[in-house]
Amino acid sequence: MNFEFSGDQMQLKDIARKFLEKEESVKRARAVLEGEESYDKDLWSQVAEMGFTATAIPEEYGGLGLGYLELCVIAEELGRSLAPTPFSSSVYLATESILQFGSDSLKQNYLPSLASGEKIGAFAHSESTTAPTEQNITCEFKDGSLSGSKIAVTDGDVADFYIVSAKTGSEIGLFLVESSADGVEISSQPTLDPSRSHASITFKNAKAEALDSGWSNITTLLDRAAVLFSFEQLGGAEACMDMAKEYAMGRYAFGRSIASFQAIKHKLADMYIAVELARSNCYYGAWALSTDAPELPTAAATCRVSASQAYHECSKENIQTHGGMGFTWEFDCHLYYRRCRQLAANIGSQSIWKDKLISSLERANQI
Amino acid sequence: MDFNDTPEEAKFRKEAYEWLKANAPLKEGPKDGWRAASEEEGLKEVKVWQKKLHEAGWACMHWPKAYGGRESTPIERVIWGQEVSKFKVPGGYLEIGQGMAGPVMMMYATDEQKERYLPPLATGEEIWCQLFSEPAAGSDVAGIKTKAELDGDTWTINGQKVWTSGAHFSDYGILVTRSDPSAPKHKGLTFFFVDMKSPGIEVKPIKQISGGANFNEVYFTDVKIPDSQRLGAIGDGWKVSLTTLMNERLAVGDASGPDFEEAFSLARGQDLNGKLAIENDAVREKLADWYCQQSGLKYAKYRNISALSRGETPGPQSSITKIVSGNKLQEVANFGLDILDSAGIVRSDEEGAEQSMYQYGFYGAAGIRIAGGTDEILKNIISEQVLGMPQDMRADKGIPFNEIPTGNK
Repeated sequence: MNFEFSGDQMQLKDIARKFLEKEESVKRARAVLEGEESYDKDLWSQVAEMGFTATAIPEEYGGLGLGYLELCVIAEELGRSLAPTPFSSSVYLATESILQFGSDSLKQNYLPSLASGEKIGAFAHSESTTAPTEQNITCEFKDGSLSGSKIAVTDGDVADFYIVSAKTGSEIGLFLVESSADGVEISSQPTLDPSRSHASITFKNAKAEALDSGWSNITTLLDRAAVLFSFEQLGGAEACMDMAKEYAMGRYAFGRSIASFQAIKHKLADMYIAVELARSNCYYGAWALSTDAPELPTAAATCRVSASQAYHECSKENIQTHGGMGFTWEFDCHLYYRRCRQLAANIGSQSIWKDKLISSLERANQI
Repeated sequence: MDFNDTPEEAKFRKEAYEWLKANAPLKEGPKDGWRAASEEEGLKEVKVWQKKLHEAGWACMHWPKAYGGRESTPIERVIWGQEVSKFKVPGGYLEIGQGMAGPVMMMYATDEQKERYLPPLATGEEIWCQLFSEPAAGSDVAGIKTKAELDGDTWTINGQKVWTSGAHFSDYGILVTRSDPSAPKHKGLTFFFVDMKSPGIEVKPIKQISGGANFNEVYFTDVKIPDSQRLGAIGDGWKVSLTTLMNERLAVGDASGPDFEEAFSLARGQDLNGKLAIENDAVREKLADWYCQQSGLKYAKYRNISALSRGETPGPQSSITKIVSGNKLQEVANFGLDILDSAGIVRSDEEGAEQSMYQYGFYGAAGIRIAGGTDEILKNIISEQVLGMPQDMRADKGIPFNEIPTGNK
């Protein structure tokens, strides 16, 4: 049995980790959080230069032609370091949409500049406080143009184009709209995690190009992205566990290191268990994504639920372990707490993914 | 990343499967398995099966060949375990002897003793038990009080052990005693093996919350043990005990009982408030949680097997598995009984009655979370041995054992 990343993949992970540490990615996330910029342009161009944005794009479209396992290990390190870049929107969602459901001309036109990081794409899906479904999406595509509104579009204010879910006739499909097109109105939205920018977008007869349509394509896109998001969540969860441990080891109270109190040790053991379960489920997701396995819907939902839970557990208990210091602006705990929420919200809530998991098991009866 | 065997592993798997196929019936379904009519019958069947295994070279696989093993690698043991789980074969009774007593004898007994005692452990002819826990020494097992006094070259043992599995059918036992009550807790212990037929040993079953009796109390009244049956130096009993305690955590595995599959299938067939339980969102959320836990444990195991396959040391999977599966079982059992509404509480002796499985889990999980290392002790182990956090401060450190405050409630 070889249920593990290869030596080369682990080496790539190590390179990504060291690069992001050297570039002080966490510090940069704080700078974006506190500053006026929507993302760290310098880090983004370096991430692109490292080839991370090109990882899973085939060579014929200017990519590196590596696989999804490589993208998974990079995602874990981006999550661990809170990288303040539009990577998830542009790579897991926009690039994937075009790769999976775009026409050849769309691929020719967009993939090379997505691979090089020149272009940024974002996924515009949510419309209200209710999760988007096949029935409730109101954005509409008609005669080559798209109308309607989307909210909480991650990287919506910096994207060069959007992949938008909209109805067309009786179907729901995916459409590409340039952010510079006539009829596109972008309005930044402040969020719980200002280290990642968000915007609401209104389309008024904006020129749009259709990708392969069908609600099932949106489901597939989200399943594929869920595996990559899970790896980011896993990296973040593990970073919180490490932070909590390090702080507890050095913090003394009642004449001893607080890491010697069982109340703290058991908290850390619970985090460790959550991270190990999530990691194991993420590997399952990575295997399913990289092999186009029919189990992908189950595997994606499993790792998404498990990694969301682990990040939630670790980011909140990290603050708790830090005590009052954990609640200060000065300490980094809140950066992770915010990012945890952002990643959990981005492609659908925990309840939705749990429901998807049970539905996929009901369909497949693969137990 | 794949789930495939290496060529050598595949060859070994084939060999194991073919031997099993020729010697045992395949299970008819995932829940099919060997069941004995009684404990006595079970013991007989286990001995017959073990003898067969030994003759074919499948007994105590990682042991030296000289003592009846085959000097197998860890990955071969895992593969054997996977293959044997497909067959209906007798099991139980021998784990403590082979898994705990065997390793400690191998490390501390004389060559003559190894030659005398290890082969009958491998063949299943002799059964061993472990005499460690006491009424006042559970998680704090170094706090045992059973007294050992040396006179000439004979020790006299007085005291009481508890939670001893299989003491009533065991031939021998490994025993930890206090030989010097004036030394600090971990320093005054001495380790022996003892003939369970020795005069002065009395075994009494413990009635559990389930009504069954899988464990015993064992009383020692002036029991004589020759000094030649001491394992390790006088006062070194804690060090010797650790050899077996490490092995115990490996022996207690996944909690058996209803799991996700059972809860899922129950929810799909059971009416709840006018519609199927599976259509209830609260039910779906719970099922999803259990599926994720089960899947996480499954793939953690695969990661560990992969580490073994590469010749690396696996992670602390057994502690995680025990904590997660014990708690999951308790929740699944409670869910199953809850879904059956008031009928869930009614006992039924009818074979295959829906509630029986959940009732068994209801009792069993409470025990699993304690046996072989409580959840709390396992979390200490994870935080100390995996995360490198410091040990808790101990109120009894360096104090002579007989001056440590006690209280047994």
